[in-house]
Amino acid sequence: MRAVALLLPPLGWMLVFYLAALAVLFVSAFWSVDSFTGKLTHVWTWTNFDTIIHDPTYRQIAWRTIWMAALVTLTDALIAFPFAYYMARVATPRLRTLLFVLVLLPLFSSYLARIYAWRLILNQDGALNWSLAKIGLPQQDWAFTSTAMWIVFSYIWLPFMILPIYAALERIPDSYLEASRDLGARNWTTFRRVIVPLALPGIAAGSIFTFSLTLGDYITPSLVGNVDFIGNVIYRNVLGLTNNLPFSAAYATVPLIVMAIYLALAKRVGAFEAL
Amino acid sequence: METRATRLSLSVWTVLIVLFLWIPLVLICVYAFNSSNIQSWPIAGFSTKWFHLAWHNEEARSALVLSLKAAGIATSIALVLGTAAATVVSRFRFFGRDAITFLLVLPIALPGVVTGIALNSFFNNNPIHGLTPSLWTIVIGHSTFCIVVVYNNVVARLRRTQTSLTEASMDLGADGWQTFRFVTFPVISTALVAGALLAFALSFDEVIVTTFTAGAQNTLPIWILGNLRLGQQLPQVNVVVFFVIVMTVVPVVIAQRLTRDTGILRRR
Repeated sequence: MRAVALLLPPLGWMLVFYLAALAVLFVSAFWSVDSFTGKLTHVWTWTNFDTIIHDPTYRQIAWRTIWMAALVTLTDALIAFPFAYYMARVATPRLRTLLFVLVLLPLFSSYLARIYAWRLILNQDGALNWSLAKIGLPQQDWAFTSTAMWIVFSYIWLPFMILPIYAALERIPDSYLEASRDLGARNWTTFRRVIVPLALPGIAAGSIFTFSLTLGDYITPSLVGNVDFIGNVIYRNVLGLTNNLPFSAAYATVPLIVMAIYLALAKRVGAFEAL
Repeated sequence: METRATRLSLSVWTVLIVLFLWIPLVLICVYAFNSSNIQSWPIAGFSTKWFHLAWHNEEARSALVLSLKAAGIATSIALVLGTAAATVVSRFRFFGRDAITFLLVLPIALPGVVTGIALNSFFNNNPIHGLTPSLWTIVIGHSTFCIVVVYNNVVARLRRTQTSLTEASMDLGADGWQTFRFVTFPVISTALVAGALLAFALSFDEVIVTTFTAGAQNTLPIWILGNLRLGQQLPQVNVVVFFVIVMTVVPVVIAQRLTRDTGILRRR
Protein backbone atom coordinates (compact mmCIF):
# COMPACT_ATOMS: atom_id res chain seq x y z
CA MET A 1 0.00 0.00 0.00
CA ARG A 2 2.75 2.43 0.98
CA ALA A 3 4.74 1.31 -2.02
CA VAL A 4 1.85 2.20 -4.33
CA ALA A 5 1.47 5.64 -2.75
CA LEU A 6 5.19 6.27 -3.17
CA LEU A 7 5.37 4.93 -6.69
CA LEU A 8 2.33 6.72 -8.06
CA PRO A 9 3.75 10.30 -8.30
CA PRO A 10 6.98 9.47 -10.18
CA LEU A 11 5.27 6.87 -12.35
CA GLY A 12 2.37 9.22 -13.09
CA TRP A 13 4.77 12.01 -14.02
CA MET A 14 6.73 9.81 -16.43
CA LEU A 15 3.55 8.39 -17.98
CA VAL A 16 1.83 11.75 -18.46
CA PHE A 17 4.76 13.94 -19.46
CA TYR A 18 7.02 11.46 -21.15
CA LEU A 19 5.31 8.34 -22.47
CA ALA A 20 2.19 10.26 -23.48
CA ALA A 21 4.37 12.84 -25.22
CA LEU A 22 6.23 10.08 -27.08
CA ALA A 23 2.89 8.56 -28.04
CA VAL A 24 1.57 11.88 -29.37
CA LEU A 25 4.80 12.25 -31.32
CA PHE A 26 4.47 8.81 -32.83
CA VAL A 27 0.86 9.39 -33.86
CA SER A 28 1.59 12.82 -35.33
CA ALA A 29 4.17 11.19 -37.63
CA PHE A 30 1.19 9.88 -39.59
CA TRP A 31 -0.45 13.29 -39.94
CA SER A 32 0.38 15.93 -42.51
CA VAL A 33 0.40 19.67 -42.94
CA ASP A 34 -2.00 21.42 -45.29
CA SER A 35 0.26 23.22 -47.76
CA PHE A 36 -2.15 26.19 -48.09
CA THR A 37 -3.16 26.88 -44.50
CA GLY A 38 -0.07 25.43 -42.77
CA LYS A 39 -2.41 23.73 -40.30
CA LEU A 40 -2.14 20.11 -39.18
CA THR A 41 -4.46 17.66 -40.94
CA HIS A 42 -5.35 14.78 -38.68
CA VAL A 43 -5.71 12.21 -41.43
CA TRP A 44 -3.77 8.96 -41.38
CA THR A 45 -1.09 8.99 -44.08
CA TRP A 46 2.22 7.31 -44.91
CA THR A 47 3.48 10.29 -46.95
CA ASN A 48 6.12 11.35 -44.44
CA PHE A 49 7.69 7.90 -44.23
CA ASP A 50 7.47 7.60 -48.00
CA THR A 51 9.52 10.81 -48.38
CA ILE A 52 12.10 9.68 -45.85
CA ILE A 53 12.63 6.32 -47.51
CA HIS A 54 12.60 7.50 -51.12
CA ASP A 55 14.05 10.99 -51.03
CA PRO A 56 17.86 10.61 -51.46
CA THR A 57 18.52 13.81 -49.47
CA TYR A 58 17.01 12.45 -46.29
CA ARG A 59 18.57 9.05 -46.79
CA GLN A 60 21.97 10.67 -47.19
CA ILE A 61 21.51 12.79 -44.05
CA ALA A 62 20.49 9.73 -42.06
CA TRP A 63 23.49 7.68 -43.24
CA ARG A 64 25.86 10.58 -42.60
CA THR A 65 24.58 10.93 -39.03
CA ILE A 66 24.78 7.19 -38.29
CA TRP A 67 28.25 6.97 -39.84
CA MET A 68 29.48 9.92 -37.74
CA ALA A 69 27.95 8.39 -34.58
CA ALA A 70 29.79 5.12 -35.30
CA LEU A 71 33.08 6.88 -36.07
CA VAL A 72 32.89 8.99 -32.90
CA THR A 73 32.06 5.91 -30.82
CA LEU A 74 35.05 4.01 -32.23
CA THR A 75 37.38 7.00 -31.73
CA ASP A 76 36.27 7.51 -28.14
CA ALA A 77 36.61 3.81 -27.33
CA LEU A 78 40.19 3.79 -28.65
CA ILE A 79 41.11 7.00 -26.79
CA ALA A 80 39.34 6.04 -23.57
CA PHE A 81 40.53 2.47 -23.11
CA PRO A 82 44.24 3.11 -22.32
CA PHE A 83 43.26 6.08 -20.15
CA ALA A 84 40.69 4.07 -18.19
CA TYR A 85 43.19 1.22 -17.91
CA TYR A 86 45.77 3.54 -16.38
CA MET A 87 43.15 4.95 -14.01
CA ALA A 88 41.91 1.55 -12.86
CA ARG A 89 45.05 -0.56 -12.75
CA VAL A 90 48.16 1.61 -12.63
CA ALA A 91 47.36 4.86 -10.81
CA THR A 92 47.62 5.15 -7.02
CA PRO A 93 44.27 5.61 -5.19
CA ARG A 94 44.96 9.34 -4.72
CA LEU A 95 45.82 9.89 -8.36
CA ARG A 96 42.79 7.82 -9.34
CA THR A 97 40.46 10.14 -7.42
CA LEU A 98 42.11 13.16 -9.02
CA LEU A 99 41.78 11.71 -12.53
CA PHE A 100 38.16 10.83 -11.80
CA VAL A 101 37.37 14.45 -10.95
CA LEU A 102 39.38 15.67 -13.97
CA VAL A 103 37.15 13.52 -16.22
CA LEU A 104 33.90 14.30 -14.41
CA LEU A 105 34.28 18.09 -14.51
CA PRO A 106 34.41 18.52 -18.28
CA LEU A 107 31.39 16.22 -18.49
CA PHE A 108 29.28 18.60 -16.46
CA SER A 109 30.82 21.92 -17.44
CA SER A 110 28.91 23.82 -20.10
CA TYR A 111 28.28 21.83 -23.25
CA LEU A 112 28.00 24.97 -25.39
CA ALA A 113 31.22 26.36 -23.92
CA ARG A 114 33.11 23.25 -24.93
CA ILE A 115 31.84 23.38 -28.52
CA TYR A 116 32.53 27.10 -28.69
CA ALA A 117 36.07 26.56 -27.34
CA TRP A 118 36.80 24.26 -30.29
CA ARG A 119 35.42 26.81 -32.71
CA LEU A 120 37.98 29.27 -31.35
CA ILE A 121 40.76 26.67 -31.45
CA LEU A 122 40.08 25.53 -35.03
CA ASN A 123 39.62 29.03 -36.47
CA GLN A 124 42.11 30.22 -39.09
CA ASP A 125 43.68 32.54 -36.49
CA GLY A 126 42.99 30.19 -33.57
CA ALA A 127 45.20 28.41 -31.07
CA LEU A 128 45.78 25.29 -33.20
CA ASN A 129 47.22 27.10 -36.20
CA TRP A 130 49.26 29.25 -33.86
CA SER A 131 50.73 26.14 -32.20
CA LEU A 132 51.33 24.45 -35.56
CA ALA A 133 53.22 27.52 -36.75
CA LYS A 134 55.34 27.49 -33.57
CA ILE A 135 56.55 23.96 -34.22
CA GLY A 136 56.89 24.56 -37.94
CA LEU A 137 54.04 22.43 -39.22
CA PRO A 138 51.69 23.38 -42.07
CA GLN A 139 48.45 25.22 -41.22
CA GLN A 140 45.15 23.31 -40.99
CA ASP A 141 41.88 24.43 -42.48
CA TRP A 142 39.40 22.32 -40.51
CA ALA A 143 36.99 25.02 -39.32
CA PHE A 144 33.41 24.20 -40.38
CA THR A 145 34.18 20.78 -41.90
CA SER A 146 33.33 17.17 -41.09
CA THR A 147 36.78 16.86 -39.51
CA ALA A 148 35.83 19.61 -37.06
CA MET A 149 32.59 17.80 -36.23
CA TRP A 150 34.46 14.53 -35.71
CA ILE A 151 36.96 16.20 -33.33
CA VAL A 152 34.31 18.12 -31.39
CA PHE A 153 31.91 15.17 -31.05
CA SER A 154 34.77 12.91 -29.89
CA TYR A 155 35.81 15.59 -27.43
CA ILE A 156 32.46 16.37 -25.84
CA TRP A 157 31.38 12.75 -25.37
CA LEU A 158 34.76 11.30 -24.31
CA PRO A 159 34.03 11.34 -20.52
CA PHE A 160 30.87 9.26 -21.17
CA MET A 161 33.12 6.54 -22.61
CA ILE A 162 35.92 6.76 -20.02
CA LEU A 163 33.77 6.35 -16.90
CA PRO A 164 32.00 3.04 -17.69
CA ILE A 165 35.21 1.45 -19.06
CA TYR A 166 37.00 2.53 -15.90
CA ALA A 167 34.23 1.04 -13.75
CA ALA A 168 34.40 -2.27 -15.65
CA LEU A 169 38.21 -2.50 -15.47
CA GLU A 170 38.26 -1.61 -11.79
CA ARG A 171 35.95 -4.50 -10.98
CA ILE A 172 38.29 -7.17 -12.41
CA PRO A 173 39.77 -9.03 -9.43
CA ASP A 174 43.56 -9.32 -9.38
CA SER A 175 43.16 -13.06 -8.78
CA TYR A 176 41.82 -13.47 -12.35
CA LEU A 177 45.01 -12.02 -13.77
CA GLU A 178 47.14 -14.17 -11.46
CA ALA A 179 45.17 -17.26 -12.45
CA SER A 180 45.71 -16.43 -16.10
CA ARG A 181 49.46 -16.10 -15.53
CA ASP A 182 49.60 -19.30 -13.50
CA LEU A 183 47.95 -21.10 -16.37
CA GLY A 184 50.83 -19.97 -18.55
CA ALA A 185 49.35 -17.00 -20.39
CA ARG A 186 51.70 -14.22 -21.41
CA ASN A 187 50.78 -10.58 -20.73
CA TRP A 188 49.35 -10.06 -24.16
CA THR A 189 47.24 -13.21 -23.97
CA THR A 190 45.92 -12.21 -20.53
CA PHE A 191 45.04 -8.81 -21.91
CA ARG A 192 43.30 -10.20 -24.97
CA ARG A 193 41.51 -13.12 -23.34
CA VAL A 194 40.77 -11.90 -19.80
CA ILE A 195 40.85 -8.11 -19.58
CA VAL A 196 39.24 -7.14 -22.87
CA PRO A 197 36.28 -9.55 -22.57
CA LEU A 198 35.61 -8.31 -19.02
CA ALA A 199 35.87 -4.67 -20.12
CA LEU A 200 33.52 -5.21 -23.05
CA PRO A 201 30.28 -4.46 -21.14
CA GLY A 202 31.83 -1.16 -20.04
CA ILE A 203 32.81 -0.27 -23.59
CA ALA A 204 29.30 -1.15 -24.78
CA ALA A 205 27.74 0.95 -22.00
CA GLY A 206 29.90 3.94 -22.91
CA SER A 207 29.13 3.47 -26.58
CA ILE A 208 25.40 3.78 -25.88
CA PHE A 209 26.02 7.35 -24.75
CA THR A 210 28.49 8.37 -27.45
CA PHE A 211 26.32 6.84 -30.17
CA SER A 212 22.97 8.15 -28.94
CA LEU A 213 24.25 11.63 -28.13
CA THR A 214 25.87 12.04 -31.56
CA LEU A 215 22.77 10.68 -33.26
CA GLY A 216 20.50 13.32 -31.73
CA ASP A 217 22.78 16.35 -31.69
CA TYR A 218 22.03 19.26 -33.97
CA ILE A 219 23.95 21.97 -32.14
CA THR A 220 27.46 20.72 -32.88
CA PRO A 221 26.81 20.45 -36.65
CA SER A 222 25.31 23.92 -36.69
CA LEU A 223 28.14 25.51 -34.70
CA VAL A 224 31.26 23.81 -36.06
CA GLY A 225 30.08 21.87 -39.13
CA ASN A 226 28.87 22.62 -42.62
CA VAL A 227 26.28 19.90 -43.29
CA ASP A 228 22.92 18.81 -41.89
CA PHE A 229 22.45 15.97 -39.44
CA ILE A 230 19.17 14.23 -38.57
CA GLY A 231 18.70 16.62 -35.66
CA ASN A 232 19.03 19.71 -37.86
CA VAL A 233 16.23 18.50 -40.14
CA ILE A 234 14.02 17.72 -37.13
CA TYR A 235 14.79 21.08 -35.55
CA ARG A 236 14.11 23.06 -38.71
CA ASN A 237 10.77 21.38 -39.34
CA VAL A 238 9.53 22.12 -35.84
CA LEU A 239 11.01 25.48 -34.91
CA GLY A 240 12.42 26.72 -38.21
CA LEU A 241 10.80 28.23 -41.27
CA THR A 242 9.37 24.99 -42.66
CA ASN A 243 6.69 24.32 -40.11
CA ASN A 244 6.09 20.60 -40.52
CA LEU A 245 5.84 18.79 -37.20
CA PRO A 246 4.54 15.51 -38.71
CA PHE A 247 7.59 15.22 -40.94
CA SER A 248 9.90 15.88 -37.98
CA ALA A 249 8.07 13.26 -35.97
CA ALA A 250 8.46 10.74 -38.78
CA TYR A 251 12.15 11.55 -39.21
CA ALA A 252 12.68 11.22 -35.44
CA THR A 253 11.71 7.56 -35.74
CA VAL A 254 15.00 7.01 -37.63
CA PRO A 255 17.25 7.66 -34.57
CA LEU A 256 14.65 5.88 -32.42
CA ILE A 257 14.79 2.71 -34.51
CA VAL A 258 18.58 2.87 -34.78
CA MET A 259 18.85 3.29 -31.01
CA ALA A 260 16.41 0.42 -30.39
CA ILE A 261 18.59 -1.87 -32.50
CA TYR A 262 21.74 -0.53 -30.84
CA LEU A 263 20.35 -1.01 -27.34
CA ALA A 264 19.30 -4.57 -28.19
CA LEU A 265 22.84 -5.34 -29.39
CA ALA A 266 24.41 -3.61 -26.37
CA LYS A 267 22.19 -5.57 -24.00
CA ARG A 268 23.57 -8.81 -25.45
CA VAL A 269 27.14 -7.92 -24.43
CA GLY A 270 25.93 -6.99 -20.95
CA ALA A 271 26.02 -3.20 -21.30
CA PHE A 272 23.03 -2.67 -19.02
CA GLU A 273 24.79 -4.26 -16.07
CA ALA A 274 27.71 -1.87 -16.59
CA LEU A 275 25.69 1.36 -16.84
CA MET B 1 51.58 -7.44 -14.85
CA GLU B 2 52.41 -4.50 -17.11
CA THR B 3 55.98 -4.07 -18.27
CA ARG B 4 57.78 -0.82 -17.53
CA ALA B 5 57.49 0.33 -21.11
CA THR B 6 53.73 -0.31 -21.05
CA ARG B 7 53.31 1.65 -17.83
CA LEU B 8 55.34 4.52 -19.21
CA SER B 9 53.37 4.77 -22.44
CA LEU B 10 50.10 4.48 -20.51
CA SER B 11 51.04 7.38 -18.26
CA VAL B 12 52.13 9.50 -21.24
CA TRP B 13 48.78 8.74 -22.88
CA THR B 14 46.93 9.68 -19.67
CA VAL B 15 48.71 13.04 -19.48
CA LEU B 16 47.89 13.73 -23.13
CA ILE B 17 44.20 12.95 -22.63
CA VAL B 18 43.98 15.14 -19.51
CA LEU B 19 45.49 17.97 -21.60
CA PHE B 20 43.05 17.23 -24.43
CA LEU B 21 40.13 17.42 -21.97
CA TRP B 22 41.29 20.56 -20.21
CA ILE B 23 43.05 22.82 -22.73
CA PRO B 24 39.77 23.89 -24.42
CA LEU B 25 38.21 24.72 -21.04
CA VAL B 26 41.22 26.72 -19.88
CA LEU B 27 41.40 28.46 -23.23
CA ILE B 28 37.79 29.60 -23.16
CA CYS B 29 38.36 31.01 -19.68
CA VAL B 30 41.38 32.94 -20.96
CA TYR B 31 39.25 34.44 -23.75
CA ALA B 32 36.97 36.00 -21.11
CA PHE B 33 39.89 38.33 -20.28
CA ASN B 34 40.56 39.24 -23.92
CA SER B 35 40.91 43.02 -24.27
CA SER B 36 40.02 42.91 -27.98
CA ASN B 37 36.63 42.01 -29.40
CA ILE B 38 38.34 39.95 -32.11
CA GLN B 39 38.53 36.30 -31.01
CA SER B 40 41.97 35.27 -32.25
CA TRP B 41 44.91 33.53 -30.54
CA PRO B 42 46.95 34.70 -28.73
CA ILE B 43 44.58 37.20 -27.12
CA ALA B 44 45.42 40.84 -27.76
CA GLY B 45 45.80 41.79 -24.11
CA PHE B 46 44.47 41.27 -20.62
CA SER B 47 41.34 43.13 -19.55
CA THR B 48 38.36 42.70 -17.25
CA LYS B 49 36.21 45.31 -18.99
CA TRP B 50 33.80 42.74 -20.47
CA PHE B 51 32.92 41.49 -17.00
CA HIS B 52 31.43 44.86 -16.20
CA LEU B 53 29.47 44.96 -19.47
CA ALA B 54 28.23 41.38 -19.11
CA TRP B 55 27.13 41.99 -15.53
CA HIS B 56 24.97 44.91 -16.63
CA ASN B 57 23.58 43.13 -19.69
CA GLU B 58 19.84 43.03 -19.01
CA GLU B 59 19.16 40.18 -21.46
CA ALA B 60 21.85 37.97 -19.98
CA ARG B 61 20.68 38.79 -16.49
CA SER B 62 17.03 37.88 -17.06
CA ALA B 63 18.20 34.72 -18.86
CA LEU B 64 20.26 33.84 -15.78
CA VAL B 65 17.26 34.40 -13.51
CA LEU B 66 15.07 32.17 -15.68
CA SER B 67 17.76 29.46 -15.72
CA LEU B 68 18.14 29.56 -11.94
CA LYS B 69 14.37 29.39 -11.41
CA ALA B 70 13.92 26.50 -13.86
CA ALA B 71 16.88 24.57 -12.42
CA GLY B 72 15.71 25.19 -8.85
CA ILE B 73 12.15 24.01 -9.42
CA ALA B 74 13.14 21.09 -11.66
CA THR B 75 15.66 19.93 -9.05
CA SER B 76 13.05 20.08 -6.28
CA ILE B 77 10.57 18.04 -8.32
CA ALA B 78 13.30 15.56 -9.25
CA LEU B 79 14.31 15.21 -5.58
CA VAL B 80 10.82 14.26 -4.45
CA LEU B 81 9.93 12.00 -7.39
CA GLY B 82 13.41 10.46 -7.75
CA THR B 83 13.65 9.59 -4.04
CA ALA B 84 10.15 8.09 -4.02
CA ALA B 85 10.92 5.92 -7.04
CA ALA B 86 14.31 4.88 -5.64
CA THR B 87 12.80 3.84 -2.31
CA VAL B 88 10.18 1.65 -3.93
CA VAL B 89 12.50 0.06 -6.47
CA SER B 90 15.19 -0.80 -3.93
CA ARG B 91 12.91 -1.90 -1.09
CA PHE B 92 10.16 -3.84 -2.81
CA ARG B 93 10.06 -6.59 -5.39
CA PHE B 94 7.09 -6.44 -7.69
CA PHE B 95 5.96 -7.12 -11.23
CA GLY B 96 7.13 -4.44 -13.67
CA ARG B 97 10.03 -3.20 -11.55
CA ASP B 98 12.48 -3.39 -14.45
CA ALA B 99 10.01 -1.59 -16.70
CA ILE B 100 9.90 1.32 -14.25
CA THR B 101 13.69 1.55 -14.12
CA PHE B 102 13.75 1.49 -17.90
CA LEU B 103 11.11 4.24 -18.13
CA LEU B 104 13.08 6.47 -15.77
CA VAL B 105 16.34 5.99 -17.68
CA LEU B 106 14.74 6.43 -21.11
CA PRO B 107 14.94 10.27 -21.24
CA ILE B 108 18.75 10.13 -21.05
CA ALA B 109 19.14 7.05 -23.24
CA LEU B 110 17.16 8.51 -26.14
CA PRO B 111 18.56 11.39 -28.20
CA GLY B 112 17.62 14.74 -26.62
CA VAL B 113 16.06 15.99 -29.82
CA VAL B 114 13.45 13.20 -29.58
CA THR B 115 12.47 14.20 -26.03
CA GLY B 116 12.43 17.79 -27.26
CA ILE B 117 9.99 17.40 -30.14
CA ALA B 118 7.92 14.89 -28.18
CA LEU B 119 7.28 17.51 -25.49
CA ASN B 120 6.86 20.22 -28.11
CA SER B 121 4.20 18.32 -30.04
CA PHE B 122 2.58 17.24 -26.77
CA PHE B 123 2.27 20.81 -25.49
CA ASN B 124 0.99 22.08 -28.84
CA ASN B 125 -1.36 19.31 -29.91
CA ASN B 126 -2.97 18.25 -26.70
CA PRO B 127 -6.52 19.60 -26.41
CA ILE B 128 -6.63 18.93 -22.67
CA HIS B 129 -3.46 20.76 -21.85
CA GLY B 130 -2.77 23.24 -24.64
CA LEU B 131 0.20 24.52 -22.64
CA THR B 132 1.79 27.69 -23.95
CA PRO B 133 5.55 28.04 -23.42
CA SER B 134 6.30 29.30 -19.94
CA LEU B 135 8.61 28.62 -17.02
CA TRP B 136 6.49 25.52 -16.40
CA THR B 137 6.97 23.96 -19.81
CA ILE B 138 10.75 24.32 -19.29
CA VAL B 139 10.44 22.86 -15.79
CA ILE B 140 8.47 19.84 -17.05
CA GLY B 141 11.11 19.12 -19.69
CA HIS B 142 14.00 19.44 -17.27
CA SER B 143 12.39 17.45 -14.45
CA THR B 144 11.81 14.54 -16.82
CA PHE B 145 15.53 13.95 -17.28
CA CYS B 146 16.60 15.18 -13.79
CA ILE B 147 14.54 12.53 -11.97
CA VAL B 148 16.89 9.79 -13.15
CA VAL B 149 19.95 11.61 -11.78
CA VAL B 150 18.50 11.75 -8.25
CA TYR B 151 17.08 8.24 -8.65
CA ASN B 152 20.47 6.77 -9.63
CA ASN B 153 22.26 8.38 -6.70
CA VAL B 154 19.69 7.30 -4.13
CA VAL B 155 19.32 3.77 -5.51
CA ALA B 156 23.09 3.29 -5.39
CA ARG B 157 23.15 4.42 -1.76
CA LEU B 158 20.17 2.32 -0.69
CA ARG B 159 21.64 -0.77 -2.33
CA ARG B 160 24.72 -0.34 -0.19
CA THR B 161 22.70 0.05 3.01
CA GLN B 162 21.63 -2.95 5.00
CA THR B 163 17.86 -3.47 5.17
CA SER B 164 18.38 -4.76 8.73
CA LEU B 165 18.64 -1.14 9.88
CA THR B 166 15.12 -0.29 8.81
CA GLU B 167 13.90 -3.66 10.10
CA ALA B 168 15.45 -2.94 13.50
CA SER B 169 13.80 0.46 13.54
CA MET B 170 10.40 -1.08 12.80
CA ASP B 171 10.93 -3.80 15.42
CA LEU B 172 11.63 -1.10 17.98
CA GLY B 173 8.20 0.33 17.26
CA ALA B 174 8.92 3.19 14.87
CA ASP B 175 6.27 3.86 12.26
CA GLY B 176 7.06 4.30 8.56
CA TRP B 177 7.60 8.05 8.79
CA GLN B 178 9.81 7.82 11.89
CA THR B 179 11.92 5.13 10.23
CA PHE B 180 12.35 7.35 7.18
CA ARG B 181 13.08 10.44 9.27
CA PHE B 182 15.58 8.90 11.71
CA VAL B 183 17.10 5.96 9.82
CA THR B 184 16.70 6.13 6.05
CA PHE B 185 17.02 9.89 5.62
CA PRO B 186 20.37 10.26 7.46
CA VAL B 187 21.73 7.40 5.35
CA ILE B 188 20.66 8.87 2.01
CA SER B 189 21.08 12.57 2.85
CA THR B 190 24.48 13.04 1.19
CA ALA B 191 23.29 11.05 -1.84
CA LEU B 192 20.32 13.42 -2.02
CA VAL B 193 22.55 16.48 -1.92
CA ALA B 194 24.83 14.98 -4.57
CA GLY B 195 21.87 14.04 -6.77
CA ALA B 196 20.37 17.49 -6.37
CA LEU B 197 23.64 19.22 -7.27
CA LEU B 198 24.10 17.08 -10.37
CA ALA B 199 20.47 17.58 -11.41
CA PHE B 200 20.89 21.32 -10.94
CA ALA B 201 24.07 21.39 -13.03
CA LEU B 202 22.38 19.32 -15.75
CA SER B 203 19.30 21.55 -15.88
CA PHE B 204 21.30 24.78 -15.71
CA ASP B 205 23.30 23.72 -18.77
CA GLU B 206 20.56 22.03 -20.82
CA VAL B 207 19.94 23.42 -24.27
CA ILE B 208 18.45 20.81 -26.64
CA VAL B 209 15.21 20.01 -24.81
CA THR B 210 14.93 23.63 -23.69
CA THR B 211 14.84 25.02 -27.24
CA PHE B 212 11.73 22.94 -27.86
CA THR B 213 9.92 23.87 -24.66
CA ALA B 214 10.95 27.48 -24.03
CA GLY B 215 9.20 29.20 -26.92
CA ALA B 216 10.58 32.75 -27.12
CA GLN B 217 12.02 32.74 -23.59
CA ASN B 218 15.77 32.82 -23.04
CA THR B 219 17.49 30.61 -20.54
CA LEU B 220 21.21 31.29 -20.17
CA PRO B 221 22.33 28.49 -22.55
CA ILE B 222 19.73 29.61 -25.11
CA TRP B 223 21.04 33.17 -24.84
CA ILE B 224 24.60 31.91 -25.37
CA LEU B 225 23.56 29.76 -28.34
CA GLY B 226 21.64 32.61 -29.97
CA ASN B 227 24.66 34.90 -29.76
CA LEU B 228 27.06 32.22 -30.97
CA ARG B 229 24.87 31.54 -34.00
CA LEU B 230 24.67 35.21 -34.95
CA GLY B 231 28.22 36.06 -33.85
CA GLN B 232 26.92 38.84 -31.62
CA GLN B 233 28.28 40.18 -28.31
CA LEU B 234 31.01 37.52 -28.34
CA PRO B 235 33.20 39.19 -25.67
CA GLN B 236 30.24 39.15 -23.29
CA VAL B 237 29.44 35.56 -24.27
CA ASN B 238 33.02 34.66 -23.28
CA VAL B 239 32.46 36.16 -19.83
CA VAL B 240 29.10 34.42 -19.36
CA VAL B 241 30.63 31.11 -20.47
CA PHE B 242 33.46 31.61 -17.95
CA PHE B 243 30.84 32.21 -15.27
CA VAL B 244 28.83 29.13 -16.29
CA ILE B 245 31.93 26.91 -16.16
CA VAL B 246 32.73 28.10 -12.63
CA MET B 247 29.06 27.71 -11.64
CA THR B 248 28.98 24.05 -12.74
CA VAL B 249 32.44 23.11 -11.46
CA VAL B 250 31.61 23.93 -7.83
CA PRO B 251 28.51 21.71 -7.39
CA VAL B 252 30.15 18.78 -9.21
CA VAL B 253 33.21 18.87 -6.95
CA ILE B 254 30.99 19.00 -3.86
CA ALA B 255 28.80 16.17 -5.17
CA GLN B 256 31.85 14.02 -5.85
CA ARG B 257 33.17 14.56 -2.32
CA LEU B 258 29.81 13.69 -0.80
CA THR B 259 29.43 10.39 -2.61
CA ARG B 260 32.92 9.07 -2.02
CA ASP B 261 32.35 5.70 -0.44
CA THR B 262 32.96 6.50 3.19
CA GLY B 263 30.91 6.08 6.36
CA ILE B 264 30.02 3.35 8.78
CA LEU B 265 26.98 2.21 6.83
CA ARG B 266 29.07 1.05 3.92
CA ARG B 267 28.45 -2.55 3.10
CA ARG B 268 31.54 -3.61 1.22
